[in-house]
Amino acid sequence: MTELTLVQAVNRGLAEAMRQDPDVLLLGEDIGTNGGVFRATEGLQKEFGAERVIDTPLSECGIVGTAIGMALYGLKPVAEIQFLDFIYPAFDQIVSELSKFRYRSGGQYPCHVVVRTPYGGGIRGGLYHSQSTEAFFCHTAGLKVVIPSTPADAKGLLLTAIHDEDPVMFLEPKRIYRSVTGEVPDGDYRIPFGKARIAREGTDLTLVAYGAMMVPTLAAAERLAQEGVQAEVIDLRTLVPLDEAALLASVEKTGRLVIVHEAARTAGFGAEIAALVAEKALYSLKAPIVRVTGYDTPFPYALEHLYLPSEERILDAAREVGRTG
Amino acid sequence: MANATLTPDAHASSGEFDLPPSAWVDAYRTMVLARAMDERCLSLQRQGRIGFYVPLEGQEAAQVGCALALDPKDWVFPAYRELGVALVRGVPVQELLDQFIGNSGDRLKGRQMPNHYGYRAQNFVVASSPLGTQIPQAVGAALAARHRGDALVTVAFFGDGSTSTNDFHAGLNFAGVYRSPTIFFCQNNQWAISMPRSHQTMSATLAEKAEAYGFGGVVVDGTDLGQVYRAVAAARARALAGEGPTLIEAQVYRFGPHSTSDDPKRYRSDSEVAEWRRRDPLLRTKEQIMKIGAWTEAQDAAEWTEARNRIAEAWKAAEATPPLPPTSFLDDVFSAPTPQLENQRREVVGLLERKVIRE
Repeated sequence: MTELTLVQAVNRGLAEAMRQDPDVLLLGEDIGTNGGVFRATEGLQKEFGAERVIDTPLSECGIVGTAIGMALYGLKPVAEIQFLDFIYPAFDQIVSELSKFRYRSGGQYPCHVVVRTPYGGGIRGGLYHSQSTEAFFCHTAGLKVVIPSTPADAKGLLLTAIHDEDPVMFLEPKRIYRSVTGEVPDGDYRIPFGKARIAREGTDLTLVAYGAMMVPTLAAAERLAQEGVQAEVIDLRTLVPLDEAALLASVEKTGRLVIVHEAARTAGFGAEIAALVAEKALYSLKAPIVRVTGYDTPFPYALEHLYLPSEERILDAAREVGRTG
Repeated sequence: MANATLTPDAHASSGEFDLPPSAWVDAYRTMVLARAMDERCLSLQRQGRIGFYVPLEGQEAAQVGCALALDPKDWVFPAYRELGVALVRGVPVQELLDQFIGNSGDRLKGRQMPNHYGYRAQNFVVASSPLGTQIPQAVGAALAARHRGDALVTVAFFGDGSTSTNDFHAGLNFAGVYRSPTIFFCQNNQWAISMPRSHQTMSATLAEKAEAYGFGGVVVDGTDLGQVYRAVAAARARALAGEGPTLIEAQVYRFGPHSTSDDPKRYRSDSEVAEWRRRDPLLRTKEQIMKIGAWTEAQDAAEWTEARNRIAEAWKAAEATPPLPPTSFLDDVFSAPTPQLENQRREVVGLLERKVIRE
């Protein structure tokens, strides 16, 4: 066990995978000499060489397109997109190509690329360094979508992603890259996909979140506990595949559900969770579901603290859900 | 560097092909088979027996000439018009027809429109409809092969329209930076649906774009089998020698529509087509092999009959091949289905059992 920040855990996960398997290689902008703008790949080029930690020209479509070709050939490329906000030049490669190779070839061409990218707000990054658009990828059949919220999960889920056989979108909550630290197992450490983490057990209310939103959500749960309300907090970890069983079991137990994400509300992943609970656990609900989310605006700069779900907003929603029914 | 743009009545064939006469004849026979496929599939589409078809008529010499210069271990990244390449690489006619129908013999399991095929055994990567996306992928595969120490090249096939895409720029730029062993084979067939080559870009040639990426580009007469073969063989040798990629612009003409959904009369004149038909690659190749005494009119007539019969037989077999199992469309999304997909499969099975939907 080693105490690490989340971004250090990503770094250790990459290094571990590269030591295990010579087919693992990294490509992206500024990841080699510079070690990545967030230092996620710090020291890796030195250890593994420029042939395996490849600095690329400034082209997201080139990065993902090239990674796809490498994966078709049998390598295990991990592509870094510097910010999720800049992924759209590669959107065609991800949505039309990466996600569909296995399917469209009748299984002849699996295409295993991990696309790592920092995402989310709270760093005063404005419109183009803050967005949380995971729903685009969840809506695209053939992509797995993974979002860690702790250093241990960052390493464990990343190693699973790199050894998986399918394309994985690995979204890293950059707001907590350094602010969240924790014990991380050394060596090979893997966490299976599709298994949510019960971050806090409770009986009165279910709070569902992922990524950086786990921080205010857990803080709100602590405050609720002081008020005598025991909230169960679920960290989804992987949106695709989704751990429906954990979600439904919790709602059946508590009867009350608050969903937290920083993405815009309309057609955000919370809508999927709410629909699932309505379809499969409606009669367990004692109160209407509440979503605490970003708003349906572009991501604001100066007033981002009003846009992002906060401990206070989550607490307010939880009290609301607790009062009704 | 690049030659001047060819005109329809450009020079006669060089007649050079660095292979024995029997290879010329085999190439011509493949071209006949490709054109006979076109003829048959256009007719099948009009009869409603296949849903769609993309003809290649006019581009046979470019495709066959290019494919012959490759090794079976080289990786082909096709667009959706590369029938000639698929035939050279040994994809059986029936497998192609199975794909056009989308029956249980289709190796792609009915997942794609006709012509969007791919065959791993032939190193013929599965095509898609978005244009140009295969270009950086071909670069990635070439870099992967080099990483593994495999001596091979990758070839990206695309058309004049695709040279305007993001992916063309990204792919050629990456190839230049990493000197990837890749051949960019552009069949400039003069029309991107209705957009003429003259309006696709103000570059005098497409080949000269390579210069800005730091490698060579050549223009070849894509109706001349020998010229195409030599250019590709040379590019392949350079790539294997570590000298990096090459962009080849094979100037051809699409005689037919873009696809069966297109009416070229809306945007180009019959006289333009007639001009280019004077350089029909099949006629030119036939002339060449007759000139060296390797082919006769009688052999030619027999060859056409044989090709048509072979396709008719394969079509009969394809039509007799059973349809796909109805729930097969739920397979191959991931290496193993997610719980969500398993639930959805149960839903489809239930709907079939209750006959809400039918096979």
